[in-house]
Amino acid sequence: MSRASTAPVAPPVAPPKEGVPVQGGVGTSALRPDGVPKVKGEFAYSSDMWDEHMLWGATVRSPHPHACIVSIDITDALKHPGVHAVLTHEDVAGRKTFGLERPDQPVLASERVRYRGEPIALVAAAHPETARRAAEAVHIDYEVLQPVTDPEVALDAATVALHPSGNVVRHIHIAHGEPDPEADVVAEATYEVGMQDQAFLGPESGLAVPDGSGGVDLYVSTQWLHVDREQLAASLALAPEEVRITLAGVGGAFGAREDLSIQIHSCMLALTTNRPVKMMYSREESFYGHVHRHPARLNYIHGATTSGELVFVKARLVFDGGAYASSSTAVCANAATLCCGPYEVPNALIDCYAVYTNNPPCGAMRGFGAVQACFAYESQMDLLAAKLAMDPVELRLRNAASTGTVTPTGQKIEGPAPVAELLTRVRDAPLPPPGSPGTPDIRELPGGVSNATHGEAVRRGIGHAAGYKNICYSEGFDDYATARVRLSAPAGEPVVEVHTAAAEVGQGVATIQLQIARTELGVEAAVLRPADTSIGSSGSSSASRQTWMTGGAVKTACEAVRERVLSTAAEVLGAEPGELYLSNGLVMSLELGAVYSLAELLGDTVVEATREYRHAPTSPLDANGQGNAHAGFAFAAHRAVVDVDVELGLVKVVDIATAQDVGMALNPQAVEGQIEGGIAQGIGLALMEEVQVIDGVIRNPSFTDYLIPTSLDMPPVHADVLELGDPGSPYGVKGVGEPPVISSTPAVVAAVRAATGRALRRIPMRPDDVAGLTDRSPAGEAPREPR
Amino acid sequence: MQLNLEVNGQVLQADDVWAGESLLYVLRERLGCPGSKNACEQGECGSCSVYLDGTLVCSCLVLAAQAEGRAVVTVEGLAGAGLLHPVQEAFLAAGAVQCGFCTPGLIVATHDLIARNPAPSDPEIREALAGNLCRCTGYVKILDAVRLAAEKAATS
Repeated sequence: MSRASTAPVAPPVAPPKEGVPVQGGVGTSALRPDGVPKVKGEFAYSSDMWDEHMLWGATVRSPHPHACIVSIDITDALKHPGVHAVLTHEDVAGRKTFGLERPDQPVLASERVRYRGEPIALVAAAHPETARRAAEAVHIDYEVLQPVTDPEVALDAATVALHPSGNVVRHIHIAHGEPDPEADVVAEATYEVGMQDQAFLGPESGLAVPDGSGGVDLYVSTQWLHVDREQLAASLALAPEEVRITLAGVGGAFGAREDLSIQIHSCMLALTTNRPVKMMYSREESFYGHVHRHPARLNYIHGATTSGELVFVKARLVFDGGAYASSSTAVCANAATLCCGPYEVPNALIDCYAVYTNNPPCGAMRGFGAVQACFAYESQMDLLAAKLAMDPVELRLRNAASTGTVTPTGQKIEGPAPVAELLTRVRDAPLPPPGSPGTPDIRELPGGVSNATHGEAVRRGIGHAAGYKNICYSEGFDDYATARVRLSAPAGEPVVEVHTAAAEVGQGVATIQLQIARTELGVEAAVLRPADTSIGSSGSSSASRQTWMTGGAVKTACEAVRERVLSTAAEVLGAEPGELYLSNGLVMSLELGAVYSLAELLGDTVVEATREYRHAPTSPLDANGQGNAHAGFAFAAHRAVVDVDVELGLVKVVDIATAQDVGMALNPQAVEGQIEGGIAQGIGLALMEEVQVIDGVIRNPSFTDYLIPTSLDMPPVHADVLELGDPGSPYGVKGVGEPPVISSTPAVVAAVRAATGRALRRIPMRPDDVAGLTDRSPAGEAPREPR
Repeated sequence: MQLNLEVNGQVLQADDVWAGESLLYVLRERLGCPGSKNACEQGECGSCSVYLDGTLVCSCLVLAAQAEGRAVVTVEGLAGAGLLHPVQEAFLAAGAVQCGFCTPGLIVATHDLIARNPAPSDPEIREALAGNLCRCTGYVKILDAVRLAAEKAATS
C-alpha cells in the first residue's frame, strides 16, 4: 500500500444551478440501465459467455487441507479424447503466486497444499464433462500432514509455521486513554462467529480469448478489474496492456469476487491452446473457489460506572484467516478500529489478530470485520445493561457517539454521527401487532408449514442494536477512481457517455453514474460504456465506496465538461460563464433564460474530460493503534421483533425496523434495496448461515446444506432513511451497502435472548442453542465457554 | 444423440448431445437461450425455472432427453421481441432487480403463480416463491413486484 496523495480534493465548482430538474437525475429512483435485459433474460452474465470454438476448463483441487505434494502425473488425463491441455505449476509463466495484499497463494500448488480445495492442475477439453473426467485422471501423490485448524493453536509459537512469515497475518494493538482505569461494574464474555458465505448466485465464471499475438482478452465477473489485471499480468508474464479485461455481467459479489478465481487459470488455458476457454464453477466448487467471512472468537471486558457511563473496553479478537492472506490484514484493521462500537469509549485496550490456519481462506464479505465485532460489542452492551439493571437502549443512548467523538484510534468523527437519533427512531417505530391468539396461521409461526407448533411455547422478543462502518479504503491507501465523460450531439440531440471501470455487481453503481451525468450536464440521454481496463481504475466495488468514489469521479469529469461548454457559450455570447448553466438540453442564462440549445452549441464538437477523484487522505495506524485511519463513517440501528418456539429452538423474525444515515439518497429505491438485502444477510448470519468446517473440510458446500434466507424467512422491513450529508463526499453521500448487514445480526440475537432468557454467545444460533441444549446459562451470567 | 424440442414456440434441434446433459445445459449452451440461470444446478435456487409442457420445473433437474418432443417456455419466451410481459414490467418498476441472476427464475415462477392464483395473499406469495433464492434484495421488493403484477393482471 502506498501513502495517500496529499493533494486536496478537487475544488468546489458551481452547481448546475436551478432550472427544471432533468428526468432520471440524482435524487430520483431512476430505473437501472440493465433492468430491461435482466428481466427478459438477455443480460450477458459471465456464465453466459460463449464462443463457437471455445473449450471448457476444469480445476483439479486438493482433497486434503494440509499435505505435501510428492508427485503429479498428468499422463492419463492427457490421453482422454477431447482433452486439449493439462497444466500444472510448471506452466505458470510468471509469478507463481498471487494475492490481494500479499502474493502468498500459489496459482497452482507445487510442493504443499494448505487447504481443502486448493487448485493444483487445470484441464481444457471440448466438453465440460470431458474436462471434469480428465481432471479426475490427474494422479497426485500426497504426504498428508496434520492440519492446523484452531486459530489459537496456530498462534502458539510451538505450532508449525504454515508460511515462511509465521502464522500471524497481522496483529493490531490499540492502547487508548488510561492503561488501567477503574470501573464500578464489569461485564465479560467470549463470543463466537461462524464462517459465513457470500452465496452470490452467479457462479465464478468467464471466457478467456487469446488475441493470437500472445495477449489475452478476459470477460469475467469481478469487483475490481485493475487489481485483477495487475495479478494476471504478473503471473502470465505479460505486460498489463496485453491483458485486457471487460466486466461481464456479475451475479452478485458481496466481497467474494475481490480475490481471483478463474482469472489466471482460464487465461493460461487459452494462451496454451490458442482457443477461447470458458470456466464456470459448480456451486460446490464455488464454496472452495472463493474466500468466506472470517470466523472469529472475541473476548470482551466492558467497564462502566454505576450510572452507565462506559469507562473502558478491553478486547482480544482472533480472526481465522485460513490458508492464505487474501484481505485479512484489512479485515483485521476494521475489526480492531471499530471494535468498541459507535460509543464514547475513553479507554480501550485492544489486541486483534488475523492468523493463518489450514481452514478455507477467508477474506472480504460485506461488513468486512465490522460484522463480527458488532455482534460482540452489542451483545456486551446488553450484558452490561442487565448488570446495571438499565434499559439496553438507554445505556446505548447514554454512551452514543456523536460528531466530534474521538474513536479508540484517536480519530475525531468529523461528519454526522446520529447514533442517538437512529436508536431512538427504531425504538419508537410502531411495533407489529402481537401474534394472533386462538387460531394462529401456522405460516406466521416458527417452523411455518412444517407444522411444528400451533402457538404453544412461542414467545415474542424484541432486541436493538447499533453499528458503524468505515467507508472507502483506510490506513493511508491511495484510494481513487477514474471517469471519462464525453458530451456530443451526434444526431442533433445531446448525449452524454460515461466510461469507468466500476464494477456493477447488482448494487446499482451503473444507474448512479448515469444519474450524476444527467444532473451535472442537464442531459437526459446518458449511456454507460462497458466497464473495462481501457480506462483508469475505479477501485473496487467494496467498502461501500463506489457511489462516493466513482460517483465523485463522474461528477468531477462532468464539471470539467460543463466548464468547457459554458466558457465556449460565454465566449460566443459575450457573457460571463458564471451567468450560464445547463438545463434539459439547453444553455440557460440567469438573466435571459434559454439562450442556446446544447445540440446547436456543440454541433460536431465532442467535449470530453477524464478525471480522477480521491477522498481526503487517511493515515496508517501507529504502534499503539493510533491514527486517522478512516475516510468516513456510516451508522445504522436496527430493532428486531421475533417469535421463538422456546422448546424447539425455532425462530421466526416478525419485523425489522431500521434507521440509517445515508448522507444523501441519490436513488431512494436503490437505497432501500441495499438496506433490505443487507438485513437479509444479517438475519442469515444470526439464524442459519454457516460454512461448517470440520478438520479443515467444508461439510456443507451446497444450497441444500448451506441455508440462506428464503421469502419465508424474511420479515417486512421498515426503513427510516436519514440524509444528513457528509461534508467530505460528493453530494454528501455515505456508503449504504454495509451498515444494514452489521447491526441487524445482534438485534436479532438480542430479540431471541429476550424471548428465551438464554445467553446465546455464538452465531449463527442453532436450534439446539436457542432451545438451551448446548448452554443453559441465563442471559446476564457468565456462560460456559462457547463451543 | 439428437434432440428435438419446441422452445418458445420454435421447433429446435440439438446434435451430439451427451446423455448426461440437463435441459438447462442444452438450453444455455446448445440452443442459444442462456436466460435461464445456473446458480446451484441441484434444484435448490429456482434460477433455472422454465415451463415444460406448461408445468413449472427446475430445468437443471430435467435431463435434456426427457424434454424430447416436448414444449419448453423460458423467460425469453414470455413476451415478444422488444416487449415486456406485465410481470417483467412489475419487477422493473418495483426495484425487484439488483444483480438479476435470480430474476429470470422468479419471473417465470411469478408468471405461474398469478396464472394459478390471480390474487395471491402475502403468505401465498412467500410460499410460492420460497423455492427461488435471491441474495440481493431481501425479497421485500420482489413481494412488491408480485403484488403489482397481480394488480396489473386484474385490471388488464
